[in-house]
Amino acid sequence: MSDLRLMKGNEALAEAAIRAGVDAYFGYPITPQSEVIEYLMAECPEKRTGMVVLQAESEIAAINMVYGAASTGKRVMTSSSSPGISLKLEGISYLAGAELPAVIVNVVRGGPGLGTIQPAQSDYFQSVKGGGHGDFKLYVLAPASVQVMADFVADAFDIAFKYRAPVLILSDGLIGQMMEKVEFKDQKKRMSDKDIIENYGSWATTGKKGRERNIITSLDLQPEKMEVRVQGLQKKYEQMENEDLRYEKILCDDAEYLIVAYGSSARIAQKAIQLGREKGIKVGLLRPITLFPFPKQQLLKLADQVKGILSVELSTGQMVEDVNLSVQHKVPVSHFGRTGGIIHTPEEILEALEQNSIKDGSIRHHKARESSLL
Amino acid sequence: MEVLDIIKPENQVFCKTSLMTDATLSFCPGCGHGTVHNLTMEVIDELGIVEDTIGVAPVGCSVLAYDFMDIDMTQAAHGRAPAVATAISRTWPNKYVFTYQGDGDLAAIGTAETIHACNRGENIVIIFVNNGIYGMTGGQMAPTTLVGMRTSTSPYGREIETMGSPIKMTELISNLPGTYYATRQSVHTHKHARKAKKAIKTAFQNTRLGKGLSLVEIVSNCNSGWKMNPNESNIWMEENMFPNFPLGDIKVKGKLRQRK
Repeated sequence: MSDLRLMKGNEALAEAAIRAGVDAYFGYPITPQSEVIEYLMAECPEKRTGMVVLQAESEIAAINMVYGAASTGKRVMTSSSSPGISLKLEGISYLAGAELPAVIVNVVRGGPGLGTIQPAQSDYFQSVKGGGHGDFKLYVLAPASVQVMADFVADAFDIAFKYRAPVLILSDGLIGQMMEKVEFKDQKKRMSDKDIIENYGSWATTGKKGRERNIITSLDLQPEKMEVRVQGLQKKYEQMENEDLRYEKILCDDAEYLIVAYGSSARIAQKAIQLGREKGIKVGLLRPITLFPFPKQQLLKLADQVKGILSVELSTGQMVEDVNLSVQHKVPVSHFGRTGGIIHTPEEILEALEQNSIKDGSIRHHKARESSLL
Repeated sequence: MEVLDIIKPENQVFCKTSLMTDATLSFCPGCGHGTVHNLTMEVIDELGIVEDTIGVAPVGCSVLAYDFMDIDMTQAAHGRAPAVATAISRTWPNKYVFTYQGDGDLAAIGTAETIHACNRGENIVIIFVNNGIYGMTGGQMAPTTLVGMRTSTSPYGREIETMGSPIKMTELISNLPGTYYATRQSVHTHKHARKAKKAIKTAFQNTRLGKGLSLVEIVSNCNSGWKMNPNESNIWMEENMFPNFPLGDIKVKGKLRQRK
C-alpha cells in the first residue's frame, strides 16, 4: 500500500532508501544533509529490512565503505554536501575505475571552500565533468522536488547496476530542507546473499566458491590494457547517452524563448515561464533531469525554433557552458543565476529573460553575468 | 638413481601453498612480503575458509597482492583498506575479511581509518607489514622510519625536531577497547615465520569467534629501500628495527600484556 507523508527532502530520501531495499548506508554529518543519517539512525532499518547504517569517521571513510560493500554486490549509498563530496571524489573515481555500482547523493550548498550552508547549484562542473581524477563520468540525476528526490533512489540503483557504475543524485539544500508531500512506494525486499552471489557472482568479491577468484581493482600497469579499460568506460557513457537520457519539456511547442534549468532552479523557472506567458511572452522551459547525459540534441533542435535561450542556475554560470556547446552558436545564450546561498525569484528570472534574451538577443555572457549581481 | 625417480608424491615433504597463484612475485628478492603472503594463504587454507574469505589489498608494494593470493580480493584506495573491510564485514557478517597493508598505508595516510576501525571493534583482521620505508615509490621516509635513518626524503637522516619520531601504531591501537588482539612478529627466520603464522591463525580464529579486531604487525626488511643485500638487511633489522619495534604480543584476548 502506498503511503502519503509531509517530509523534508533529506528525510524522504532516507525513507525511500529503506523502501528501495538498499543494503547499506555509510555517511558523515554535514549541513544541509545531516537529516539523511539522522532519519536512518532513528528508523533502525537494521530491524525493518536488515539495512546496515554506519556513521563513518570521515567522508573519505564513508565513500570507501561504499566501495567495499559495492565490491561485494550490495546496494550501497552515501550522501553528503559539497565540501564533503570534494573529499569523496577520490573514492568516486575508484568506484568508476573499478566499475562498481553505487549511489552518491550531493545536497549542494554554496562554495568554494566552506562557503555557506545555504542552497546552491555550484557543483555542476564537479558532477558532470568527472570531478575526481581520470577519464570517467557519473550518471547524474537532478531532482526538482521532494517526491522526485525520493523516487530517484530506486532509479539510481537501477542505472548503477545496469552499467556497474556510480550514480550521483545532485540535489541541493533547497530540496533537501524543503517539506513537501511525498508518496512512498511499497517496501521492496532486499536481495538475499544467495541471490547476490547468483546474480553478481561473475564479478563480485563474495568469497571464491565454485568459481575462479574475483578481483576488484582500478589498477592496470600495462598501458595497452589500461587503454582498453578506459575505452570500455567510454562505451558505457555512450550507451547512457543513447538509452538513459532524461529531460522534461514544458510549454516548448510554440516557444520563441527558452529557459534551461535543472533542480530547484527549474522549479522556480516553471513559475517564471508562467508569469512570462501571462505577459504574452512565448517562453518554454527545458529541464534536464539527467545532467549527464545532457539533452544536447533536444537543445540543438530547439535552437532552430527559439530566438534566445536563458540558462538559469544557482551559480555564476556552469551548465550554461553545456547549453552553449549544445546549441552550437545557432542562437544567443545567456546565463542568469544568484549565488552565495541566495535563491532567485521567478520575477528575477523573467526580468533577466526580458533584458538578456528578448531586448537584445546579442548580449553576451558578461552582460548577463553583471545582471546576476543585482 | 635419476632425479625423476625421486620426484614422486610419496616423497613430497613441502609443496607450493595451494592458495598462492603461479604468478611471479613482484617483490624484490629478499623481501619479507612474499613470506607474509604465503603464511596468510597457508592459514586460510588450513582453516578451510577460502570460500568465505575476502581480502583487501592496499596501495604500496603489496598493491598486487590479488595477483598472488588465489582468493577474492578488492583493491582499496591508499590507506582506506580498513574502511573497505569494515563495510564488507558489516554487510557480510559471516565472512572472514582481512586487510593487508604496509606502514605508509596504515600508519600515515590511513591513520584515521585504522584507528576508527579498531575503535569500533570491527570483526576483521589487519595484517600490517612494517619495513620503515615507502618501498614502492622508491624509498621515501615512512611514519615508521627510524630516527637517523636516511631515506630519499630524509637524505640527512630522520630528525625528531622536524620529522617526528617513528610511530608505533600497534601499541597505539592496543589502547582502544575495540582491539581484541595485537601482536608484533617477523618472518626473517623459520622460527619467526612459524610464530608469525600462529599469530595470523589466531587472528582469523578471532574473526570466527566474532571477537573484534585483530592486528598482526610483521616487522620486515626492505633491502632495496635500505640499500643493503637481503642478509645485511635482516641483520640490520634485528639490530635496529627490533629495539624500536619489539616483537611479541601486545594485547591478547582484549587484555594488554605487561611488557618489560
